[in-house]
Amino acid sequence: MSTITTEELSATTLLRFATAGSVDDGKSTLVGRLLHDSKSVLTDQLEAVEHASRNRGQDAPDLALLTDGLRAEREQGITIDVAYRYFATPRRRFILADTPGHVQYTRNMVTGASTAELTVILVDARNGVVEQTRRHAAIAALLRVPHVVLAVNKMDLVDYQESVFAAIAEEFTAYALELGVPEITAIPISALAGDNVVDPSANMDWYGGPTFLEHLETVPVSHDLSHCHARLPVQYVIRPQSAEHPDYRGYAGQIAAGSFRVGESVTVLPSGRTSKISGIDLLGEPVDIAWTTQSVTLLLEDDIDISRGDLIVPAKDAPATTQDIEATVCHVADAALTVGHRVLLKHGTRTVKAIVKDIPSRLTLDDLSLHPHPGQLVANDIGRVKIRTAEPLPVDSYADSRRTGSFILIDPNDGTTLTAGMVGESFASPEPVKDEADDDGWDF
Amino acid sequence: MTTTVATVKGGEDGTDSPYALSHLDALESEAVHIFREVAGEFERPVILFSGGKDSIVMLHLALKAFAPAAIPFTLLHVDTGHNFPEVIEYRDRTVEKHNLRLHVASVQDYIDRGVLKERPDGTRNPLQTVPLTEKIQSERFDAVFGGGRRDEEKARAKERVFSLRDEFSQWDPRRQRPELWNLYNGRHAPGEHVRVFPLSNWTELDVWQYIAREGIELPDIYFAHERDVFARNGMWLTAGEWGGPKDGETVEKRLIRYRTVGDMSCTGAVDSDAVTLEQVITEIAASRLTERGATRADDKMSEAAMEDRKREGYF
Repeated sequence: MSTITTEELSATTLLRFATAGSVDDGKSTLVGRLLHDSKSVLTDQLEAVEHASRNRGQDAPDLALLTDGLRAEREQGITIDVAYRYFATPRRRFILADTPGHVQYTRNMVTGASTAELTVILVDARNGVVEQTRRHAAIAALLRVPHVVLAVNKMDLVDYQESVFAAIAEEFTAYALELGVPEITAIPISALAGDNVVDPSANMDWYGGPTFLEHLETVPVSHDLSHCHARLPVQYVIRPQSAEHPDYRGYAGQIAAGSFRVGESVTVLPSGRTSKISGIDLLGEPVDIAWTTQSVTLLLEDDIDISRGDLIVPAKDAPATTQDIEATVCHVADAALTVGHRVLLKHGTRTVKAIVKDIPSRLTLDDLSLHPHPGQLVANDIGRVKIRTAEPLPVDSYADSRRTGSFILIDPNDGTTLTAGMVGESFASPEPVKDEADDDGWDF
Repeated sequence: MTTTVATVKGGEDGTDSPYALSHLDALESEAVHIFREVAGEFERPVILFSGGKDSIVMLHLALKAFAPAAIPFTLLHVDTGHNFPEVIEYRDRTVEKHNLRLHVASVQDYIDRGVLKERPDGTRNPLQTVPLTEKIQSERFDAVFGGGRRDEEKARAKERVFSLRDEFSQWDPRRQRPELWNLYNGRHAPGEHVRVFPLSNWTELDVWQYIAREGIELPDIYFAHERDVFARNGMWLTAGEWGGPKDGETVEKRLIRYRTVGDMSCTGAVDSDAVTLEQVITEIAASRLTERGATRADDKMSEAAMEDRKREGYF
């Protein structure tokens, strides 16, 4: 790959994406090839991998060693934790959340997918859509990742047959659409042989779509602000109290959704007081308009009481505040979440006391059925919960806003992050609750 | 960025909307968000400041995050005693310019008091951990900003943005909190603290591009200059009172620059004629070596050198 010029570098956007795949489906090989072919593996790193591979008695460099950064991972030959990788092409910069495929670390897929704009789900062309594929698709749908790529890998082992690819793509697409996944792109590849990863494959001339990398480079990083409710969680109040700025009082935060303009009428929640935006500072520079995900400071016409944890919204588009939250959650801690559990809930910049009032159901990802009243959620469980908060919170539905519709639950005793929460209905068309007393659950 | 855009729509023709941030704007905005979260949630945060480019960029971001008010943090430098004089001069000038408070934890003090023992190889980088962690405890810092980037090293690639350390400052990679959305969890018990890495998602190239875009001043040693150096373990080291060169190592004058700034005993220079930011960026974009691979002796000690030092409390 040719050297990137400075001009090209300054014009690029950032795409955050996550990988998901089962053990042995070739995820490390795909990641290794992407990094390698985009010049992101440098000589000293490759030498270190070659050296380590030789020490282990392996003939060829094991590209998985590039991504397995911890002692325990190298010892066991598995990936334990999310690793973040960085690479660039002349068209775009990428942050890759490389999430483990091993079944017991699914909470890490949730971690990776929570900030991703695209998720890659890998399947082995010989095996097609398996249980794990459906789970990964369900998590991508649950977290409302805008773009999903189905990478049908190991096409070299099925003689590059179009019919094999077409059948898998069709089955997956039908399943994912049912979950409400907004966009699916299926690409036939061989990560090992390099087919359709960076370069178009000569072995699959029946395929007319983009290569894997081309798709990553061109998928739109969408900010369709016209459908967004503008939201600014107040992080910090900036008051210089200096001779130069005696009366400056600015409300600093990162715009979570939508856009704000000078002159716009706004409401501050939960107090409900209103004012007008008199100025917007974008890191020291005054601007007329600012939008998601810019970190800004808003100045208001009236001197009203606003502090960290408040939410500034357009007066004409304020969410309701509530102390009773219904949400879909993914439990990420080792200790179980039970009814009656007293927790802290962090939503935006506000952390409040809360209590788990009810756990109406646990989701079985295999068939998306709901198991009623499981009593508790254990690590990696996905379920519905009802939470009562000590103070009213302005929450959006997660379907409307990934930022102001999400929250985490924290153990007040030791600070452990317990649960990832998404407000509102989880999927486009949830299945009715199935009453099965003998369902002893699953773990993945 | 004072333009007013009339339409609020985009992305439908397969291109990025006018509201997609450039990658530098996105990284800047994320880092500022992290600084403000810490200011909002912690009592005694401190920024590790060495006068190296990453900590200089951190300071610049912090200044922007709280403008026009002052930064609500103090600075901490772990002084190995083997620093480049140009960097110490830069450090002190910067502290004065922005009217900041600087804490110094001195490795030399620990050696003089007999608490730490000089290593046979003269490398002081691993010796920084004790002064650092003791300073954190004695000053009761509860959040410590570091300029670490995940692209630097594979153990760092696993690091969270908010990384909880126990009362011994230890990092346990198997017990990290999942980090979801941008909802950072800063809860910690008394005696524990959180290491915070606002530049987690930046690469070396991003840092340089940002320095160029913002016109940030750097110590001169980042640009090509003639210097007396000698070769050790395939790297050019600066001759000096720290203990180099040894017998059999010959000093020569070369045109070099530094990619990283650290302890003189283990920070290598690279041959370079890049004297402007533009030339540095071109050089890095074409380099086939990582920053640490090219310039850090201490990371070459073992496959898990960084992980092991991080577990002990290194940043």
